[in-house]
Amino acid sequence: MFGNTRKARVGAFAALAVSVALVATGCAETGDDSGSGDAGSGDANYAITFLPKNLGNAYFDTSDAGGADAIKEFGGTYAEVGPAESGPDAQVSFINTLTQQGVGGIVVSANDPQAICDALNEARDAGTKVVTFDSDTNPECRDLFINQATAEGIAKVEVDLIAEQIGGAGKIAILSSTPNATNQNAWIEIMKTYLASDYPDIELVDTVYGTDDDQASFDKTAALLQTNPDLKGIISPTTVGITAAARYLSTSEFKGKIALTGLGTPNQMRDYVTDGTVTAFALWNPADLGYLAAYAAKALIDGDITGAEGDTFDGGKLGSFTVGENGSVLLGDPFTFDKGNIGDFDF
Amino acid sequence: MTALIPAPTVGSRITRGLGSFVKARETGILLALVLVIVAATVKNPNFLFSSDGFRDLLLTPSILLLVAVGQAIVIITRNVDLSVGSVLGLTAYLTGRLFIDIPGIPVIAVFAIGIIAGGFLGLINGALVAFAKVPALVITLGTLYAYRGINVLWTGSDRINSSDMPASFLALGTQSIMFIPVLTIIAVVVLIIAAWYLRNQRGGRELYAIGSDPAAANLYGLKVTQRLLAAFILCGALAGLAGVLYAARYGTVSSQAGAGYELNAVGAAVIGGVAIFGGSGTVWGAAIGAYLLLTINRALPILGVQDFWQRAVVGALIIGAIVLDRVLALRQAKRLVEARGDLQ
Repeated sequence: MFGNTRKARVGAFAALAVSVALVATGCAETGDDSGSGDAGSGDANYAITFLPKNLGNAYFDTSDAGGADAIKEFGGTYAEVGPAESGPDAQVSFINTLTQQGVGGIVVSANDPQAICDALNEARDAGTKVVTFDSDTNPECRDLFINQATAEGIAKVEVDLIAEQIGGAGKIAILSSTPNATNQNAWIEIMKTYLASDYPDIELVDTVYGTDDDQASFDKTAALLQTNPDLKGIISPTTVGITAAARYLSTSEFKGKIALTGLGTPNQMRDYVTDGTVTAFALWNPADLGYLAAYAAKALIDGDITGAEGDTFDGGKLGSFTVGENGSVLLGDPFTFDKGNIGDFDF
Repeated sequence: MTALIPAPTVGSRITRGLGSFVKARETGILLALVLVIVAATVKNPNFLFSSDGFRDLLLTPSILLLVAVGQAIVIITRNVDLSVGSVLGLTAYLTGRLFIDIPGIPVIAVFAIGIIAGGFLGLINGALVAFAKVPALVITLGTLYAYRGINVLWTGSDRINSSDMPASFLALGTQSIMFIPVLTIIAVVVLIIAAWYLRNQRGGRELYAIGSDPAAANLYGLKVTQRLLAAFILCGALAGLAGVLYAARYGTVSSQAGAGYELNAVGAAVIGGVAIFGGSGTVWGAAIGAYLLLTINRALPILGVQDFWQRAVVGALIIGAIVLDRVLALRQAKRLVEARGDLQ
């Protein structure tokens, strides 16, 4: 996802045990009609199963609930399976089971871009449509990828938010994760370009690295404020960073005086939005992400699209979407959370 | 020590006290700390004279101070406890879980449970070291990973958010009484008790004896096993207390909370003049070391030193402290040899 990914293999045994059970029941259920997937015509197989990185994760609970809503809208069968702990190969056994059950579509957030490839391709050979969301596999292993946000979209929304909060002029700083985090650095570069072109009165004075560690981010925020007494705002494009910075600001003399925005999750930021430390922050809406992924799976199952560039399909309440490069579909601009809507989310 | 000299007068006691203050290993570190603070304050008066600046100066190293005091006590016995960071992480998560799973649990009970849990994890370390006779470095390196593994298994991708803990508890992490942060008061009280015990109590002196020469201490009939167990339990309990305070101060606990604390704690003790081979040093030194270590981290950006160079500076400090330690030890040995020569 967007924080540290921990690769614990501990859950592998549990996952194996569950999958053995699933294989056993799966064989019994689908013994006869396993070949019918190839036919394509006739009753569309709207059995769509969500396979998150791991179960019991509030982020995926939200996204999969969005998927369940979509599937209910078009009258399909929703299911969710997944490993207890995320690990590179933890999802393979689940995919194999789903293949044998002959589900219509698998919507998966990949723990590893390569490790589940073979299993997914076996599923596709058997006629199952594969949609990835949140975290992609290699493009040749799936039909579509639902991309939550582009680097440009993320960078732009954060700069726009901070500009709005500090009145379009003044000094700002960035609290990033690690100095070598690829996505962070890409975002920061785009932010710099965008600042220069659209907000010439905003000066980026410093970029510090909290290494995605609560304590380091917290202390870096303190140092940042002391080093730059005339700072107006901080952008932290990492969920750990923005939470730590908000925690520091909320108990300091700078509370409400220094604007803070970035990428955060509602549960971590709720206190600070409620107490006025943070006005607004951004992230994609995982419920919409799951919703769109379910509609994309439906369009593939219907045969409306094949996942080629330029295909368009109906995304339910979200409108119409077009497949872009490498079979990826962009959800849209990041979602802005503020006092008014944060109560609607629990992840 | 100096206890052999009989009945000093008040005057000589003061001069001798001053003399030993000037000569003490801790003084150099204290001077370095003062220097860092003065330099940073000259460059940016906010470092000391703003309300946040003053609070952070005292507050930021308080948690490390507790861990470093425990670490110093273990190092004095010629052992080391590398698992303190993992113990801190586990108890920090336990703290959050207690507030979630037992709504309305009194804060004092959470402190007690955190300290006991930390002490229990320390007991495991101590028992393995004292009974299995395996070097502490190996045992606690093992429990560093084992405890962290349990933490990851328990926490998973979950995390404790500040909204999970009561406001009164979180306030402890930043509150001040008479301009002194509560966390600092707790840490200093622990420090004073530990320093008094190590300096004035039989049990404390025996820890030094064990660290100076474990075999001799054993032959002399000291309760080596018992003292080692106590040292490790204390170190674990202090890490447990630090874990509870960590949750209060940072308000967010993930499965990686406290990772790397063990090295900071060992670093603080070593910089503060606690000999890594045991037998000498004080918890005062370790405490000043903890302040120096973290204050330098905060001061360097103000002095214009880049992020990436800060670790190098900390490394140089540690190496400097060890070199100084070695030089002093050699000089002492030489002086003792000369003194023996004079006698003959």
